[in-house]
Amino acid sequence: MNKEEIISKVNEFLIEEFEVSADKITPDAPLKETLELDSLDYVDLVVIIEGNFGIKVHQEDFATIRTFDDLYNYIITKSAQTTVA
Amino acid sequence: MNRVVITGIGVYSCIGKNLDEVKDSLYNGRSGIVLDPVRKQFGYRSGLTGYLEKPQLKGILDRRSRIMLPEQGEYAYMSTAEALKIAGMDHDFLEHNETGIIFGNDSTAQPVIEANDIVREKKNTMFAGSGAVFQTMNSTVNMNLATIYKLKGINFTVSAACASGSHSIGLGYFLIKHGYQERIICGGAQEVNIYSMGTFDALGAFSIRENEPTKASRPFDRDRDGLIPSGGAATVVIESLESAQRRGAKILGEVIGYGFSSNGSHISNPTVEGPLRSLNMSLKDANIEASEIDYINAHATSTPQGDMSEAQAINEAFGECRPPVSSTKSMTGHECWMAGASEIVYSLLMMQNNFVAPNINFENPDEFSAKLNIADVVKEQNIDVFLSNSFGFGGTNSSLIVRKWK
Repeated sequence: MNKEEIISKVNEFLIEEFEVSADKITPDAPLKETLELDSLDYVDLVVIIEGNFGIKVHQEDFATIRTFDDLYNYIITKSAQTTVA
Repeated sequence: MNRVVITGIGVYSCIGKNLDEVKDSLYNGRSGIVLDPVRKQFGYRSGLTGYLEKPQLKGILDRRSRIMLPEQGEYAYMSTAEALKIAGMDHDFLEHNETGIIFGNDSTAQPVIEANDIVREKKNTMFAGSGAVFQTMNSTVNMNLATIYKLKGINFTVSAACASGSHSIGLGYFLIKHGYQERIICGGAQEVNIYSMGTFDALGAFSIRENEPTKASRPFDRDRDGLIPSGGAATVVIESLESAQRRGAKILGEVIGYGFSSNGSHISNPTVEGPLRSLNMSLKDANIEASEIDYINAHATSTPQGDMSEAQAINEAFGECRPPVSSTKSMTGHECWMAGASEIVYSLLMMQNNFVAPNINFENPDEFSAKLNIADVVKEQNIDVFLSNSFGFGGTNSSLIVRKWK
């Protein structure tokens, strides 16, 4: 899966799960504020990322994920590690 | 002592998704019972159940609120939204005027089973999701509605088997009567999913008249063979008379009596003496004579022993007065944790519209029901005061008395 495909898939499930309109999702937009995430929502975010990409996600990793672009890159990196492993 | 009045009611049940639909069903004796083939495949002895459409809350409640609501919580949201609208209490009012919530609920089987199935499969609790814990606790209805409406008053759940909904109103009534709260959202909620009633079915307590679903629930009838599980939710908003009058709210009725007791006997076999003490306590609390009761909404679930015991208790307490009696469970089935609240709503609808709903399928009395004045067809009549009984496993009994507001 290339970067565009990953971005498309991530956006698709975020729009579905968190009921946010597509035009609000841009690479530089802040993830937490745009999706209106509270502490409970990160549990569901971990579950849908793991479910969609088969990668192991730790809640504490979100401390460094600020924007949507950060999230795409995190998933790309983790997916690559999982594939290599 | 405060006088305690009812200013809002709402209902979501198998005989209607709102008060208007339910009123029509009650008047016309319409049953909400169906045969569910999935229950038979699952292993139920009886596939009979009340049938409800699931409410569609997307677009009404946000995602966070929705994923924390179990099935019975969705029903409770619907009945509560209707009741609060009638009471004239909007979100802003509730956020800024201390209001409590006491709901009756005694199970939340489906979320518990589904969440643990996921964990068992994934070997990771996180896959249960963030909503599961709030769906799986017995206080789920309370915690969800208190959050949605930002309530600031008392907040707990009453678990008292099939008397849960009735005790919720009784306890709310006591709190307001004695000045601890001005207004409380009371009610009862009952899940209807396949996981919720299997263990009850195991006791052989459900009717197996599967070839005639709408005739299967026949409280007090000689040929009854068991109850039919059902559910939904009902909400009764109560408040002090002073609060209601200050707000200019329309008063629907006054709660004037609450009686309760425990059988102190077998866990599931009923007694006559336990319910009789509850009945008499409610009459004493209301400070009225038995002859002043114009209608009794019986607990009668359509089980041979339960109906027989209640008939004896009613006959003992009311004797020669013989007020009209009906069990609306003949139409709704047994709404269990919800029943005590829904039957206050059903009886209030009768009071408002001057009729006694029929005890459908009452064709032949038994030795004890023959002594009661059972309304086998709808009766047009004025109701100034009604009494509603609710009894549950463990021998918990509750009786409520409501008077028309004039």
